Amino acid sequence: MTATTEINNIISEENLVYKKTDVLLDNEMHYCPGCTHGVIHKVIAEVIEEMDIQDKTIGVSPVGCSVLAYNYLDIDWQQAAHGRAPALATATARLMPEKYVFTYQGDGDLASIGCAEIIHACNRGENIVVVFVNNAIYGMTGGQMAPTTLENQVTATSPYGRDCASTGAPMKISEMVSLLPGTRFVTRQSAETAGAVRKLKKAIRKGFENTREKKGLSFIEIVGTCSSGWKLSPTQSNEWMKENMFPYYPLGTLKDE
Amino acid sequence: MAKFKGAIVVDTEKCKGCGLCVVSCPTAVIELARGVNGKGYHYAHMANPDACIGCSSCGLVCPDTVITVYRAKAS
Repeated sequence: MTATTEINNIISEENLVYKKTDVLLDNEMHYCPGCTHGVIHKVIAEVIEEMDIQDKTIGVSPVGCSVLAYNYLDIDWQQAAHGRAPALATATARLMPEKYVFTYQGDGDLASIGCAEIIHACNRGENIVVVFVNNAIYGMTGGQMAPTTLENQVTATSPYGRDCASTGAPMKISEMVSLLPGTRFVTRQSAETAGAVRKLKKAIRKGFENTREKKGLSFIEIVGTCSSGWKLSPTQSNEWMKENMFPYYPLGTLKDE
Repeated sequence: MAKFKGAIVVDTEKCKGCGLCVVSCPTAVIELARGVNGKGYHYAHMANPDACIGCSSCGLVCPDTVITVYRAKAS
């Protein structure tokens, strides 16, 4: 049997082990090659499909690269003003307690302009899931310094590296919100390897299960890459993330009650 | 000899050639093609199909979800 016919025999419906979930639409994503947003969208879509909650899920998209998330996931969406996704999600979850409400926010949206909203939503313990994508830079506007930018990291607005003496230290949002009594589940994950993606999926699933059980707010931070903003290739970005981001933003679950 | 034989199908027109699947593959099956797709990206393809074990690592890490994975017991 030649190699080609053998492959053609393997490629059949009964041997299928992995395919794109139907919750993800066929629209081509506008993200740069290798962007972590794509992986996170996919994982959320897979969890929604597995839990069979497609018609009960409402997402709130932020301002930033992921503002167009509503083009890719086949669920109900709202789009919030910059940083105000937790406020919109609060109203949605209170008015429709049977729905699964989640916000999807980047670090510029959540940690900077929306810092007050997220802290107070966490303090109130709203019954929502917060997906926080931390890539240490403002991606959409061209790679400016974010509150989560690492010390000495070069960005468009910190060309000599971030100076913590004048701009403060990078903010560890997960550690901050884990201290608030309203949060039930706070975890920090990544999505650079197959193993990390599986762990992330478990974390997001746990978040939606907490919503189902009305347990309160689940905060899932994902340390991601921005290869365009960091001026590296996607694979180099993953290496840079492991070397520089993981020591400052250690992965793991901070709170699980 | 691996217990399973695998195969992947890449939606080459949607692939952006980021190369994350190439480094995620434990058996070095995937490479970026010399040719380009309609958008000018060097898309991923199976350069060494005999080594594929159908582990789905490439599919999981693909940001654009363009990889479908198949696996069958080795005959």
